[in-house]
Amino acid sequence: MRLDGGPSRAVADAAHPGFVLRDETAAAGIHFVHHRPTFDPKIAGIEPHVAALGASVSVADFDGDGRPDLYFTNSRFGEPNALYRNKGDGTFEEVAASAGLADLNRPGEGVSMGAVWGDFDNDGREDVLVYRYGYLALFRNVDGRHFEDVTAQAGLHRWVNSNGAIWLDYDHDGLLDLYVTAYFRSDIDLWHLTTTRIMHNSFEFATNGGKNLLFHNLGGGKFEDVTDKMGVGSTRWSLAAASADFNGDGWPDIYLANDYGPEELYLNDRGRRFVLTTAGLESESKSGMSVALGDAYNRGRLDAFVTNISERGYLFQNNNLRLNEMPEAGRFRNVAEGEIADAGWAWGSQFGDLNNDGANELFVANGFISADRQKSYWYAMSKIAGANGRFFEDAATWPPFGNASLSGYERSRVYLNRGVAGWVDVAKKVGVTDLYDGRAVALADLSNRGAVDVIVANQNQPAVLYRDYPDSTRHWIAFRLVGTRSNRSAIGAEVVLESGDLRQRRIVDGGSGFASQNDRRLHFGLGVREWVDRVVIYWPSGTRQILPRPPIDRFVTVTEPER
Amino acid sequence: MSDATHATAAERNALVRLWQRGSKIDPRYLIAFLITLVLAAAQLRYQMVGGYDRLVLALAVCTATEALLSWFDRGKIVNLLSAYISGISLTLLIKPQGGALWPFALGGFLAISSKYVLRYRDNHLWNPTNFAITALLLAAPDRVSVLSHQFGNDMATNLVIWIFGLVIAARVGVLHITLTYVASFLLLNTARAAALGQPVLPEIAPITGPMYQLFVFFMITDPRTVVRGRRRQIVVAVLIALMETLIRFASDKGWPLPTAFNAAPAFLALAIVGPIAKWLDLRRLRYK
Repeated sequence: MRLDGGPSRAVADAAHPGFVLRDETAAAGIHFVHHRPTFDPKIAGIEPHVAALGASVSVADFDGDGRPDLYFTNSRFGEPNALYRNKGDGTFEEVAASAGLADLNRPGEGVSMGAVWGDFDNDGREDVLVYRYGYLALFRNVDGRHFEDVTAQAGLHRWVNSNGAIWLDYDHDGLLDLYVTAYFRSDIDLWHLTTTRIMHNSFEFATNGGKNLLFHNLGGGKFEDVTDKMGVGSTRWSLAAASADFNGDGWPDIYLANDYGPEELYLNDRGRRFVLTTAGLESESKSGMSVALGDAYNRGRLDAFVTNISERGYLFQNNNLRLNEMPEAGRFRNVAEGEIADAGWAWGSQFGDLNNDGANELFVANGFISADRQKSYWYAMSKIAGANGRFFEDAATWPPFGNASLSGYERSRVYLNRGVAGWVDVAKKVGVTDLYDGRAVALADLSNRGAVDVIVANQNQPAVLYRDYPDSTRHWIAFRLVGTRSNRSAIGAEVVLESGDLRQRRIVDGGSGFASQNDRRLHFGLGVREWVDRVVIYWPSGTRQILPRPPIDRFVTVTEPER
Repeated sequence: MSDATHATAAERNALVRLWQRGSKIDPRYLIAFLITLVLAAAQLRYQMVGGYDRLVLALAVCTATEALLSWFDRGKIVNLLSAYISGISLTLLIKPQGGALWPFALGGFLAISSKYVLRYRDNHLWNPTNFAITALLLAAPDRVSVLSHQFGNDMATNLVIWIFGLVIAARVGVLHITLTYVASFLLLNTARAAALGQPVLPEIAPITGPMYQLFVFFMITDPRTVVRGRRRQIVVAVLIALMETLIRFASDKGWPLPTAFNAAPAFLALAIVGPIAKWLDLRRLRYK
């Protein structure tokens, strides 16, 4: 494979991946189990399908103690969300109830589908938006221990059947704005249906989903709906969004992974509007489940990995690894092939340097619905998938699901990055063997030890924490960014690290993958390199900051220069 | 008589002349036109080819194999139109894992070579595309799937293809096969749904999809592999629908069939019934 920046050196060996992942969920005191929702009996026939989302995990240091904490959402009325405070000794304590973030799944309000953290009021404390099949809920972090519901004051009391949201500062005003993706139409109350015609009208080009929403942060805790004004109201059944400056013009763009349709890229026109561009995405209509951003081949670019569905004999939609060629060619180029293209029914994914060798690995969660192992819904699905859209738009037309599985009992994939030699799945080798229905994947250095731990939220099943143990001879460096002119969380800041032949870009994400958000601190593996030549930070405000020779094997806190 | 009436009569006569002229055209040209139309509509509206490299590869392998084998077999290169039809059919129908190209090359080779190898009394028994796809699905379900929903589930596109398809099927003289199969499919699967106590709509829904358009217009009506005689053709069409219904019934019951049977029951039904019927037909003609 010839890549624009030249082929990256093959450094990893599948026989010796250079890391192991150990399931230390119980030892860490994490006992979260997700519960799927139940809906109006009118759609009981396909409830397992409609209710197959909602397990999410997001990372935030909500108490400001320098250690990342974890927030899991639940999706059944009465079942609490969980906020795990990192105690610093390898264990966590669950504090959602006392923080006021537990009881969010209530009749009339909806059930949680995920959460994204960001300091929307720039007070130095991470706030959180919980998106639901139901009303949005915005919580202000009061004192690092308690949260207050400020949804109504913020102007966000909107019913959205949402599976995703991201924070971004699209207009460079230093305040975090909010983009919310919608799945089912927002006039649908899944507990009180007036019609069963709620499903997609095409398996490939559906446009009858909910309308995505963009809220501009006005300051003073107020938000304004600017969706139509900014031109970002896609109705393509978006499951995930991610934001970065893909074309290098200094403004954050929005990338959408859409179910039953092609991906979409909205380019930011200097904060005045967004322009939907083709960028080579329109030619492959698939079932986008998540979008993760990462520098796949150390070209100093943020590429996009979008997961899709594959099932032997029935459907090979194949995952997309889209190399960012926006600055020079105005497009992305899909280079996914071999193992990385087919992971099964793939959901959340994230790029992270799990072995600290200086190249990103990919963790991909898999599996849709695990029920009766002897019964598969794929045959039933194939009956209607090829039919005219009017048939399956009506949930009542679908063959009843019963207790069938649909791409169930699939294991996660851990793709080792071997550069030009391609990606190879080393999941079993490194210790990832669970068969849960994975949904959200988040990465965080939970113990501040220079290792990228993996947290997976599983649908209707227990969450799993995989502790990463990379080869201890390898070096690393991590950055904690504090915005001043930019938003305090530094969401949207991009960091390019240069060390000898290594050049890699990372971004502080305001939500990425599927229903997940990574550690805001940026971790770079260095391999055997013992120094970093320089680091360039592109702050959302437009400020460019250069750090010469930062110290390695530690966290480096960088505050944005005032001018 | 008014001018309007004159005009209408003239238009009607023109249509009749066009229809009569159409009947003199080699049916393969009409079929080639239809499948090209399907390909163009699918690509322009839905970009469903998935890469022109696979189209070029499938066409190249099909035509090269046809040219080579016909030259060896008959000492001359035959008309390559049927190879063209097979190449486009394979491009539309094969959906490989990871964007692999080899299924198009192997499928093209299998399709055309089956015409020269699997023969009885100088006739091939399988529709070439049907043979290739069935073989690939049975042998490599981990690597190959078939078209299931790549036409956007869109009514307008479906209607265009159905209308052109029906007109051309009538012109080629195989409309009775298409209609018999469709009617049998609807009746038998309605009965199956009733027998299983399942809703009818999901069971008859597949016939509205693109895979079935290709099936009813290009596979079961293949002039070289259908039996002789209108009545026998109707009987075989019913038998294919019946076999498909039985396969679906087995899938409904969760019997341990290879994935190919569950994923493409119509193709499997034709692959089983078609050659047997053709063989019996050829055998009958031999002893006549």
